[in-house]
Amino acid sequence: MSASAPPMSPARVTAWTRARSNPAILIGSAICLVLVLMAVFAPWVAPFDPNKQMLGPQLADPSVKHWFGLDSFGRDVFSRIVWGARISLWVGVVATLGAMVIGTMIGIIAGYFGGTIDRVITMLTDILLSFPQLVMGLLLVAVLGASLTNIIIAIGVTAIPAFIRLARGSTLAMRERDFIDAGRALGFSDARIMFNHVAPNIMDEIIVMGSLWLATAIRTESTLAFIGLGVPPPTPTWGGIIREGFEYLNDNYWLAIFPSLAILITMIGLNLIGDGLRDATDPRAPQ
Amino acid sequence: MTIAGTVGLAVNGLTTEIRSRGSWFQAVRGVSFDVHQGETVALVGESGCGKSLTALSIMGLLPRGVGRVASGNIVIDGEAVDGASDTQMEKIRGNRIGMVFQEPMTSLNPVLTVGFQIAEPLMYHRGLSRRDAEAKAVALMELVRIPSAADRVGAYPHQFSGGMRQRVMIAIALACQPKVLIADEPTTALDVTIQAQVLALLAGLQKSAGLAVLLITHNLGVVASVADRVLVMYGGDVVENATVRDLFQRPTHPYTSALLAAMPRADRSSDTVAAIPGQVPTLPDMPTGCRFQSRCPLRQPQCAELPPLSAIDPAGAHLVRCWVAGRPS
Repeated sequence: MSASAPPMSPARVTAWTRARSNPAILIGSAICLVLVLMAVFAPWVAPFDPNKQMLGPQLADPSVKHWFGLDSFGRDVFSRIVWGARISLWVGVVATLGAMVIGTMIGIIAGYFGGTIDRVITMLTDILLSFPQLVMGLLLVAVLGASLTNIIIAIGVTAIPAFIRLARGSTLAMRERDFIDAGRALGFSDARIMFNHVAPNIMDEIIVMGSLWLATAIRTESTLAFIGLGVPPPTPTWGGIIREGFEYLNDNYWLAIFPSLAILITMIGLNLIGDGLRDATDPRAPQ
Repeated sequence: MTIAGTVGLAVNGLTTEIRSRGSWFQAVRGVSFDVHQGETVALVGESGCGKSLTALSIMGLLPRGVGRVASGNIVIDGEAVDGASDTQMEKIRGNRIGMVFQEPMTSLNPVLTVGFQIAEPLMYHRGLSRRDAEAKAVALMELVRIPSAADRVGAYPHQFSGGMRQRVMIAIALACQPKVLIADEPTTALDVTIQAQVLALLAGLQKSAGLAVLLITHNLGVVASVADRVLVMYGGDVVENATVRDLFQRPTHPYTSALLAAMPRADRSSDTVAAIPGQVPTLPDMPTGCRFQSRCPLRQPQCAELPPLSAIDPAGAHLVRCWVAGRPS
């Protein structure tokens, strides 16, 4: 190790080095970067207004002008998929980040204090986890009503228990470490120890989990949209486009196939990143 | 030895109980001592004798529901802390009393820089800005003689050796310039040459800052080199309290004598090292009266009653808790 210290611990240095040379992460990142750029620059990427009807004959086949064809309202499917990326990624990112922050905080509190607080939180978490994720999301959207914010809340809530459980477990392991006692001997408050000393030590695992949950969140959003509980039309969402194209699956299969491919590619990209990060941060992995 | 200065840490009649199988047992019984500024008092005894529990009681860090202070007074830097609330104790810990732990390898947070960890108590207790606190951290690293401190302030604990990490721990403990320092086996995890360096550093810092140091150790060699006064503990009782010279020249309590006889020394052949027969009884099995009686060669029927800690010299500076040893027969 050189005298002038690099600003990262060796676990991080090797994780970062491994991440950079990991083909899964590189491919996954490239895919996700394209998707994000597509979403951010949708107004410039999309050749047509996604909600403009009668651009040509209804249910027109894919052509040079309309790459993915036209839907039953004569709207450009490619433009709708580009704009749909905005909704899907936004819902996924906001819901996952929210669940990450809230779930990690609750999990650290449960693991750090133990006792009754821990038992109550663990019990509630187990109850939430016993619902299949989709059922839970459905229930919440049904109660709250289908709007962009409510869908983010619903998907976020379904993801919280997983983060609580992970953060709690990691905190339990951290709590026995000597530097926690050392912090208490320095008079630090519980809050400071939890969020300044425990949290940075468990972030690796939380971030890996977050990247994998991002894929789940996007899939859930599409599923909700597909069964009609998504962001209300005419806003284009991937699940919604599949739903609209589903009726014409026999004759105009591309209406459903292209948005499905968009979801598939997103899932592949995110899972490549998630798996790659997990391998790169796994302390048992060969150096 | 003359000891000047005010009392930095005063413990009077401290009794600490711990819970085992649903009932409370006295793990520390009526421990009293003063540590003056500039003085080092050593608490010595084998594992489970109550020396670390005494330290935790002083710090207010007994595990909740498992340990409690049953009686006694503790005064840190002139402030009585028995019965202090958690928030009051948080203001005292790390600010007016510092603590150095046994394990330098695991007592630092692996994901925070050492500079930040030294600066943190200054930001927390003294309200310094991060910039000012980290500037002070460099000065503290120089104080504990970490080479090229300015370059290493941004380094992580794994980039330091065990001895250097213990120096960092000392810098953290002393960041807020406390008057009292508790060192719990500060050199046990270090090899012998590094031990000597760390002890010399502690002694130097103590002299310049007038620290009152409570040193907890089972290593009589360490005691001989740095302590002014020694309290020998067995089964939660102080069995002998003497200046370091007196203790080594006239060990009086049978447990102290046995401890010294069990210490390997370079000037004695190794086959004269004597083990103490038996082992420390568990708390529920402690005999009533003198707790050492089950292993004591001088045992008398009278030992079923706890002997007082009484002086055996005219000056009253050498105290022994025994009915037999040190008494005129």
